[in-house]
Amino acid sequence: MDQLSKEQIKKLIRSHKLKDNIFEILGLILLLCSLLVLLALIIDLSTDGAARISKSFLTNFPSRFPDKAGILSAWVGSTLVMFVTAASAIPIGIAAGVYLEEYAKKNLFTAIIEINITNLAGVPSIIFGLMALGIFVYKFNFGPSILTAGLTLGLLILPIIITATREAIRTIPSAIREAAMAVGATKWQTVKHHVLPYSTGGILTGIVISLSRAIGETAPVITIGALTFIAFLPNAPISTEAPFIHFDWIFSPFTVMPIQMFNWVSRPQQEFHVNAAAAGMILLLMTLSMNAIAIYLRIYFRKKIKW
Amino acid sequence: MVIQNGKTDIKIKAESKNLNFYYGTHHALKDINLKIIDKSVTALIGPSGCGKTTFLRCFNRMHDLYVGNKYDGSLLLYPENINIISSSIDPIEVRMRIGMVFQKPNPFPKSIFENVAYGLRVRGVNRRSQLEDKVEESLRKAALWDEVKDRLHGLAFNLSGGQLQRLCIARALANDPEILLFDEPTSALDPIATAKVEELVTELKNTVTIIIVTHNMQQAGRVSDHTAFMYMGELIEFDRTEKIFTTPGKKLTEEYITGRFG
Amino acid sequence: MKSLGYKRSTTQYIREWCIELFLLASASAAIFVTLAIVFILISESIPFFKEVSILIFLSDTQWTPLFANPRYGILPLLMGTLVTTGVALSLAIPVGTISAIYLSEYAPARLRETVKPILELLAAVPTVVYGYFALLFVTPLLQKFFPSLPGFNMLSAGLVMGVMIIPYISSLSEDAMRAVPMHMREGAYAMGSTKFQTAINVVMPGALSGITAAYILGISRAIGETMVVAIAAGMQPNFTINPAESAATITAFIVQVSLGDLPHDSIGYQSIFAAGSVLLVITFSFNILGFLVKKKFRQRY
Repeated sequence: MDQLSKEQIKKLIRSHKLKDNIFEILGLILLLCSLLVLLALIIDLSTDGAARISKSFLTNFPSRFPDKAGILSAWVGSTLVMFVTAASAIPIGIAAGVYLEEYAKKNLFTAIIEINITNLAGVPSIIFGLMALGIFVYKFNFGPSILTAGLTLGLLILPIIITATREAIRTIPSAIREAAMAVGATKWQTVKHHVLPYSTGGILTGIVISLSRAIGETAPVITIGALTFIAFLPNAPISTEAPFIHFDWIFSPFTVMPIQMFNWVSRPQQEFHVNAAAAGMILLLMTLSMNAIAIYLRIYFRKKIKW
Repeated sequence: MVIQNGKTDIKIKAESKNLNFYYGTHHALKDINLKIIDKSVTALIGPSGCGKTTFLRCFNRMHDLYVGNKYDGSLLLYPENINIISSSIDPIEVRMRIGMVFQKPNPFPKSIFENVAYGLRVRGVNRRSQLEDKVEESLRKAALWDEVKDRLHGLAFNLSGGQLQRLCIARALANDPEILLFDEPTSALDPIATAKVEELVTELKNTVTIIIVTHNMQQAGRVSDHTAFMYMGELIEFDRTEKIFTTPGKKLTEEYITGRFG
Repeated sequence: MKSLGYKRSTTQYIREWCIELFLLASASAAIFVTLAIVFILISESIPFFKEVSILIFLSDTQWTPLFANPRYGILPLLMGTLVTTGVALSLAIPVGTISAIYLSEYAPARLRETVKPILELLAAVPTVVYGYFALLFVTPLLQKFFPSLPGFNMLSAGLVMGVMIIPYISSLSEDAMRAVPMHMREGAYAMGSTKFQTAINVVMPGALSGITAAYILGISRAIGETMVVAIAAGMQPNFTINPAESAATITAFIVQVSLGDLPHDSIGYQSIFAAGSVLLVITFSFNILGFLVKKKFRQRY
């Protein structure tokens, strides 16, 4: 083979470097484009909907007249549904994560649980809706209620909480467990006094992320038959008269923020689209700020504990 | 148990009889027969992988934390004469009586006070005054009290490596253990901190039986009364420390002591 | 048997045992949910397949379950799903992969740590908001260049879906690329490679299974995505491969029926479970594929 002359090598290197630079710029541009889309989305929603945001928008029920319509029943519904979701998914998710990391033996049963969790994380949300329609609405007769929606979304985010719990627990060195065991702590005492407190940061981050996902979910809630037009509120969970705490709201029909927005988007009138944009702004504000909290929590706890 | 040895009586605190241990199929300890003498320091020495740490961790059943591990034979604790590796004995009860200090300091990410008080809390002690007394006593025994008494409620992580290891010793002492296990306690420490820990070990033997694993032969010579030399999962020789280091009975021991392998 | 003195009380044993049982039950929930999904989809589809033969279901090119003269061919819905997914992937795979290479090989650490969480926000935006964006921002924008584009079309729905899955692809690919050991890169640099050549010849092949797993997750997300297509691609089944037309996907059809008032035991109603079964089989296959690829990935490092 002929040796390349110095000139040819220089030329070759120049062309390689050129390609390298072009690629670097391309990468940067594409990355910025993705971020630009996010920005465009936020600006688009804001310019379309900002004018509609007012106190009455938050305190009015939906209406046939776009300028009188509000999101009162939607945000109340979302709040109550999230309450059920959190109450069902958080304890089960953390318990499952603790079991898999601290208690489970390496056997077929554990492997089956793990495969199921991985698989559930990849099942489309609308399938959860169909399952809930069959089980909660018809088999258990919960109807299209807040309870059904809360449980459905709870199951949907269960894999996220389990995975977050497991990853948080895995960062705790086994020396800590041994130290606790060596002074005579039982397994549960080790978990309660050490494993759970030291993994709080990771678990909390996972919970916030998963709830932000649940609050924006639309498809499964539509599938279980949530109404799109609700002009009343469920009975209040707390009252000033005995017994102070009530649970009849969980069987109440409801609507949630994303469904309200969907309903307005699918109407042909331009005026309703403005309402949709305003509702979208609030929804986006909720999910993005929850994600910001999660990022903050992650950084805060990472700084706090160093192994 | 008491055995006659010339004029003096020697009290035995623990004894392993034909002790075997398996990591899954790997036979890690082979027929270990050894008497641990009460209120004295016994050093376990030998090259890496000889089974000294494995043997040590049998005493407080640390191996029970991981699957596939199997004990065989007996490890008797006196004066009750019970086999602490028997599956009918709850490992947690064993650990309540036999404390351990690990290779690397492993404090809990809690305050200094809570680290030392933890063992008591596990035992259900919650009275503040009782905890305070015991924490002070343990920290004094661990020669750490003067250094930390002003910041008992500060995070333990802020201590230096040597202080952390003494904190871990205090944590173990708070349980009033009958035997204290040390697993290469100074391998992560600088010479000054090492000296302090060694000094502590020598003082503690008046009140507690100590077993210490070390790869440092000078250390074994400095702190121990008895030394056991292990090799390939077997106990090669066990005797008084001076004897092991001056006139060992076995060729293998001599080769190891003189640094010809290991 | 003698006691050791510090005997634990029976209640403590019972408590430990109860707690472990509760934890085990919680972990088993995942199995019950999977079983419930499979059970419901099968049991609710059985009445449907008593009326409609599976052969017709899989071969007829018309899906008109709500018409007076209903026809039940899943192909148009399947095609809608495939076309929107195809559009989404043809945007998300190149952009996601190039972004991943840039972040892993070129970007300074501070830029990477800042940009990655922001990029991941793209996956956190509620899908109904993306639907709005596709219908009322992207479609009007595209219509400026292609005036004949209808108001509902698979192109803008697919593109927006693509943006939505970019972070899935870029984040996971970047993780895989960064897991490639430095000494492998050094080998390439030592021979005079540029970053670009190293990325193409060493990093990408080294991270191949991780990157593939990321693509598979992206595909699976796109297939199951519902709101963007339901809002922006229209709800009329249309057997076409032209992304500029409007068409319904499997998911959009399920939403359409759920919004209506069909009686529980009607065949139109049962058809959503049959459609759901098809969706589950497809995404399930991709999940398994992803699982296998990841398993291979773990063995390598």
